[in-house]
Amino acid sequence: MNESEPKKPPDEPSLGRPHRRSMLGWLSVGLGTLATAAAGAPILGYLLSPILKTPKNEWADLGPVENFPEGQTRLVDFIDPLHRPWDGDSQKLAAYVRRSAEGEFTVFSVNCTHLGCPVSWFPQSGLFLCPCHGGVYYENGEHASGPPPRGLYTIESRVENGKLAIRAGRLPTLQAPG
Amino acid sequence: MRSIVQTVFNWLDLRLGIRTAIWPVVTHPVPRGLGWFYVFGSATLTLFIVQLVTGICLAVVYVPSAADAYTSLQYLNNEQPLGWLLRAVHYWSASGMVVMIALHATRVFLMGAYKYPRELTWVLGVVLLLCTLGLAFTGQVLRWDQDAYWGLGVGVAMAGRVPLIGPTIVHILLGGPNIGGETLSRFFGLHVFVLPGLLIAALAPHLYLVVRQGISARPKPGQPVDPATYQAEYDAELKAGEPFFPQDVSRDAIFSALTVLVVFGLAVTFGPKGPSDPPDPTIIQAEPRPDWEFLPLFALLALSPPEMETALMLVMPVVGIAILFLLPFVSGKGERSPRRRPIAVLFVLIFFVTYAVLGYLGNVAPWSPQMDAWSGEPVPVAMVKGLTPQQLLGAAVFQNKTCRNCHALDGTGGQRGPDLTFVANRLSQKELIRQVLQGGGNMPAYGKQLGPAEVDSLVAFLETLHSADEAPVRGNLADSAAAEDAATAGDASKGP
Repeated sequence: MNESEPKKPPDEPSLGRPHRRSMLGWLSVGLGTLATAAAGAPILGYLLSPILKTPKNEWADLGPVENFPEGQTRLVDFIDPLHRPWDGDSQKLAAYVRRSAEGEFTVFSVNCTHLGCPVSWFPQSGLFLCPCHGGVYYENGEHASGPPPRGLYTIESRVENGKLAIRAGRLPTLQAPG
Repeated sequence: MRSIVQTVFNWLDLRLGIRTAIWPVVTHPVPRGLGWFYVFGSATLTLFIVQLVTGICLAVVYVPSAADAYTSLQYLNNEQPLGWLLRAVHYWSASGMVVMIALHATRVFLMGAYKYPRELTWVLGVVLLLCTLGLAFTGQVLRWDQDAYWGLGVGVAMAGRVPLIGPTIVHILLGGPNIGGETLSRFFGLHVFVLPGLLIAALAPHLYLVVRQGISARPKPGQPVDPATYQAEYDAELKAGEPFFPQDVSRDAIFSALTVLVVFGLAVTFGPKGPSDPPDPTIIQAEPRPDWEFLPLFALLALSPPEMETALMLVMPVVGIAILFLLPFVSGKGERSPRRRPIAVLFVLIFFVTYAVLGYLGNVAPWSPQMDAWSGEPVPVAMVKGLTPQQLLGAAVFQNKTCRNCHALDGTGGQRGPDLTFVANRLSQKELIRQVLQGGGNMPAYGKQLGPAEVDSLVAFLETLHSADEAPVRGNLADSAAAEDAATAGDASKGP
């Protein structure tokens, strides 16, 4: 404030013998460190648990293959196989299933590879369009125009007993697309 | 009665030291003539207190669970008595807090009040600014609607670009492999405990330093800060000063009261923000927009060239924050007056003009396609009058192939690409064909999406789009022949 010079604290009166003081001092530092580590380690582990136990994508059932006519791309909803019981609406996910004229399945994530907004499929023009920054993809997921750095993320799929299943649950990002 | 008050006061004074320790602080001298520029800090503090109180009130009804958050927000809006008003006040007061802290920081910067000996006060102020912006962002997530869900997706997509540790950051932020219950709980924890706690932890020493170092006098041109002589000069200012209480504090009190009244006025007039549609990831007809504070960032990400985009979104914030922290150590001495610091003034002007322009663009978002224009905006009647059957077919192709989502006709339709009302005045037939087939700029190549007959009719329609008093551009014969070759070979061509 308006004091030009902070007052020096008076010299501390010496308490006890110097030897004992320094031993107590070291003990307090050592025990303190130990206690902090003991209490802190589980807290860090708890907070970082999402990366310590990285969940693998799981299979989600998308229904019988007859639901997907050849030569068409369809939007399907499914339940996130990795969802938590209290996820509510956010346990639902969506993906685009493309069945080529030859019957081959390709499944695309709805997330734009630019910044993750949901792309819309326009069958009339055979293009996926992103509403956020105008990224465009072709029918086969390739990048057509706009800011996206790559084509749509594909999701691993398989057909078993006449049913289509996909391996999903993780939000794809540029460096972890699968 | 008087003696009872006196007795109670004396009892408290003996224990708290009201006369000896507190009163001198309350009435500490401040320089004369501070004026109305010095009121923004206390207004920020006032709004923070409003946020604390309304936030606690909201927390006793809001349910921070992904399954119930949306319903509890609707309950707050529609059922809970005065719930709508508290949500509205919390939203508008949050906006006001961002405005006030920005004004406060700008005032301190322009008047050089961050210079010696107040460097640490500024550094703590930067922490307060970051906490405030962090609270604004996490608050949007707690609104747990469609914008919150996809906004998180955008934030995570940006974080996922950090080299090497991107995916790890994403998992820690989300609290799991995807956006869900744990994500909301994490952001609730940040918004309600961590960030307010950090803010208060930085606010206490910030206020202590304001008292300890004193409020800076108004800067005078030609009176630079020199650590050797500053304290003596400042002490002289204080000798001629006035007590903070009761004179000087009244300006703060009046401005804070007005600020709160404006916040309440806005809250009552415009009500709470959201929630918008439910956070259902299967409803993909979503066009997420961040709250106004972050619209300039949203615009920047749309407008920056792709090759420098990652650098912009990852490096720019780090550099910006580092500059703020280092500022008082780089320019801690010298002139304080904005009259002698033209670069500082210019920087503030450029910053706010850029922020405003990007914010405006982010609000209008001309780069976003209008997703329903292909079916929702008919071709204006005047444009199809008297067309040949082929040209009419072209108009249908234009709509059906979703060209309209990006291209406006007569002002309606998407703004992503150029308005095509007079396109034939700019492009020849050959150029039109090439653009359609090969794309370019931000347009996809339609070579594989259109049959030859569709291309012909589309271009025939586009050629009719010219102004009445200006003839369309005509390519020469050789050009059109080449163009037809291109049209038939169109399947092979592909845009960049």
